[in-house]
Amino acid sequence: MKDVAIIGAGVCGCAVAKELSRYEFDVCVFDKNEDVCEGTSKANSGIVHGGFDAKPGSLKARLNVLGNRMMDEVCRELDIPFKRNGSMVLCWKEEEVKKLEALLEQGRQNKVPGMRILSREEAKEMEPNLSDEVYAALYVPTGGIVCPFELTIAHAEVACENGVEFRLGEEVLSVEKKGEGYLLHTTKGDVEARYVVNAAGVYADRFHNMVSEEKIHIIARKGEYDLLDKTAGSLVRCTIFQLPTAMGKGVLVTPTVHGNLLLGPTATDVEDKEAVGTTREGISQVTQKAALSVKNIPLRQVITSFAGLRAHEDGDDFRIGEVKDAPGFIDVAGIESPGLTSAPAIGVMVCDLLCGKENRKEKETAVTTRKGVTHFASLSDEEKAALIAEKPAFGRIVCRCETVTEGEILEAIHRPLGARTVDGVKRRTRAGMGRCQAGFCSPRTMEILAREWGVGMETIVKNEADSGYIVGSNKDVL
Amino acid sequence: MKTCDLIIAGGGPAGLAAAIAAKKSGVNDILILERDSILGGILNQCIHNGFGLHTFKEELTGPEYAARFLAEAQELGIECQTDSMVLDISPEKVVTVISPDNGLQKIQAKAIVLAMGCRERPRGALNIPGYRPAGIYTAGTAQRLVNMEGFMPGREVVILGSGDIGLIMARRMTLEGAHVQVVAELMPYSGGLKRNIVQCLNDFDIPLKLSHTVVDIKGKDRVEGITIAEVDEKGNPIPGTEEEHVCDTLLLSCGLIPENELSRGMGVDISPVTSGPVVDESFETNIPGVFACGNVLHVHDLVDYVSEEAGNAGRHAAQYILGSLPDKDSGKKILLKAEGGVRYTVPAALHPDRMDDKIKVRFRVGGVVKNCFISVYLGDERILHKKKQIVAPGEMEEVLLEKSRILAAPDVQEITVKLEVE
Repeated sequence: MKDVAIIGAGVCGCAVAKELSRYEFDVCVFDKNEDVCEGTSKANSGIVHGGFDAKPGSLKARLNVLGNRMMDEVCRELDIPFKRNGSMVLCWKEEEVKKLEALLEQGRQNKVPGMRILSREEAKEMEPNLSDEVYAALYVPTGGIVCPFELTIAHAEVACENGVEFRLGEEVLSVEKKGEGYLLHTTKGDVEARYVVNAAGVYADRFHNMVSEEKIHIIARKGEYDLLDKTAGSLVRCTIFQLPTAMGKGVLVTPTVHGNLLLGPTATDVEDKEAVGTTREGISQVTQKAALSVKNIPLRQVITSFAGLRAHEDGDDFRIGEVKDAPGFIDVAGIESPGLTSAPAIGVMVCDLLCGKENRKEKETAVTTRKGVTHFASLSDEEKAALIAEKPAFGRIVCRCETVTEGEILEAIHRPLGARTVDGVKRRTRAGMGRCQAGFCSPRTMEILAREWGVGMETIVKNEADSGYIVGSNKDVL
Repeated sequence: MKTCDLIIAGGGPAGLAAAIAAKKSGVNDILILERDSILGGILNQCIHNGFGLHTFKEELTGPEYAARFLAEAQELGIECQTDSMVLDISPEKVVTVISPDNGLQKIQAKAIVLAMGCRERPRGALNIPGYRPAGIYTAGTAQRLVNMEGFMPGREVVILGSGDIGLIMARRMTLEGAHVQVVAELMPYSGGLKRNIVQCLNDFDIPLKLSHTVVDIKGKDRVEGITIAEVDEKGNPIPGTEEEHVCDTLLLSCGLIPENELSRGMGVDISPVTSGPVVDESFETNIPGVFACGNVLHVHDLVDYVSEEAGNAGRHAAQYILGSLPDKDSGKKILLKAEGGVRYTVPAALHPDRMDDKIKVRFRVGGVVKNCFISVYLGDERILHKKKQIVAPGEMEEVLLEKSRILAAPDVQEITVKLEVE
């Protein structure tokens, strides 16, 4: 019997796994997908929110502010990039300033430091490309940007190093109470666990409702995005929000931590929890709304569009804690924005909860840090020269747009939870994330994956088992 | 620091032709830097025939065409370094290059020829809605998989875009056993050569649907279906015209983009129309001693023209190194203007004192026009009026300018190339 079974290898599941892995718990993480970070965690804004727009007293407010405070140290320990670029919330009319003031007051109650209201002139001095129609802005210096893949993968790697078992590509079909713990039926067999952590994103209601009479409901709230080339990445420095609406924080314009420009998201509730397709209407809404905030967005520089699903729970707050009528079953449900920001704090919160129930010793050998994949492009010429001299694979560029070397791809493959798919390589190295969107590098990445794992090219997939690139060889059906 | 007279960034058809011409013009210290493990560039995956009709008066395949230039380069003893990616070129012409064998090198060049080629426009840049499964390839990526690695990327294929690579791949996929259901083209005309439409689509009964685009991609893991629809004059899909195709593959042939990140990085002026460097009659950019040719300059239909232009670029680079190319700021400069349906010209300016006796000016038009004239005005005087039955964006046009004619009009500041209906 496992001590803890975590359902879902998104950023929350991985953060919980990482925290638990410091203690003498026997933990396994299930995910129906072939890699970590394949659901909500992979397609979002990548924002570390200040914490001004959650209702005071809510879990969202508390964990957002806590997570924001933790982020510098977390990212330093996990060796991933993080920038406190600051955020702005814009309004366009004099009468809307009241709403900015209300956000400011709410932020103060939530203990968000350093916020202030800027006049149009002050805002435009900081962000010259803001729309001329902007009336005023709320400035939040603690807002930041982080890479959601790297944050999730890094947590997972530390957990894995400390002995957490990741059972990827294994879907949990049902959970039922059994004796002191729970029985999980999966696509690969049965597993018993003393505790279950339900971090299943848009599916968290399904698992919750299997064990509890107090039913919850999560709707998938789709958000569509446009991503622009790095040539457009310096259009704004801060993350530019609009006044929030009932459906969320609205369309933002932000640089990403890697220097692209991101526009989005929309907010549409969808019944299908896998509906990550983009729509013509959605993308046109994104570009129209983004243009209200920032002028001269170079839409010719769009390199990709994508959609993600937020797990919106009817109660409009995170649901984190032991389910009342299901002892030992811990919900981490309804984690929509600011979920990414809150994830490190959620990890600690759930770990504290389990440590309160089970008195486990800290492992003597547990690691808390990890070294990320080398980022060749950001090294100095001297460092590059030294690295190639030591490992010639760093002298071979695979992804031209992002200057990713074969050496980095080898590192991404040969590490804890190493990449097995082309998307796995992409999220660990950025190979294929540039302006040509993997046109040049995907055949080469496939070759490297096939060689390193000792498998045939035809077995290499984009992400899931049925997402193969190759269907056969020339003339084989003739 | 290591030095070199002429560094050529890119060992495809443009880089090879430039190197050969420079060598023949008297420069010995030449280095071609090629990022791939073999020279020849994109020609290596173009195994169809049709190359070399102008240059060699015979039909060759891409690799055969490349082989002729490779053999000549080898004979001339031109130094090449493969697996070598140029990371940066400074305005002072210091080239930073990395390779597994030679590590990181910095080389000071006297002159540089930019010949990095182009890349394909990806799905994301086209704003095609739908899922993002496996099975969506640019035509060139599919071409590499099929022609160089022997792998089939799919069985049931829809192609968006009628650029030449898309047309060529429609035929290739058919010959390799796939079923190409349709080629959809957003514009009311094809972006490819007429001969490719005949030989690659008509001969295989593959329908070409003009004024159509992809409006949805189905399939979460692998492509399961593509919806195409007719578009109006503004390119917006017309509701009710949707057509579902059950298929596993979408190939994209929607335009090529010159790869000018290195050029921009060193301060080369880039044309917003071609996305390539602005060059003069000598293929020299705004930075003295920096020349450009091939698809990094403007996207070509025929490699023969690439070789020809690259040869000129290489020859002028050699003259620059040997000190026999007059300084471009010392003499007169005439601007070439593209008007009336002509989108751009290469070159974009002429220095009469540096001109050959005759130079070709190449350009593309913005739309299909029938029964028109290509006209050239020297100042206000029309010096050329060439009847054309049809001009189309997919076919590059050219006019010949004579030095003697230009010298005979010393007051002229501008030459205009335009389309006229009469």
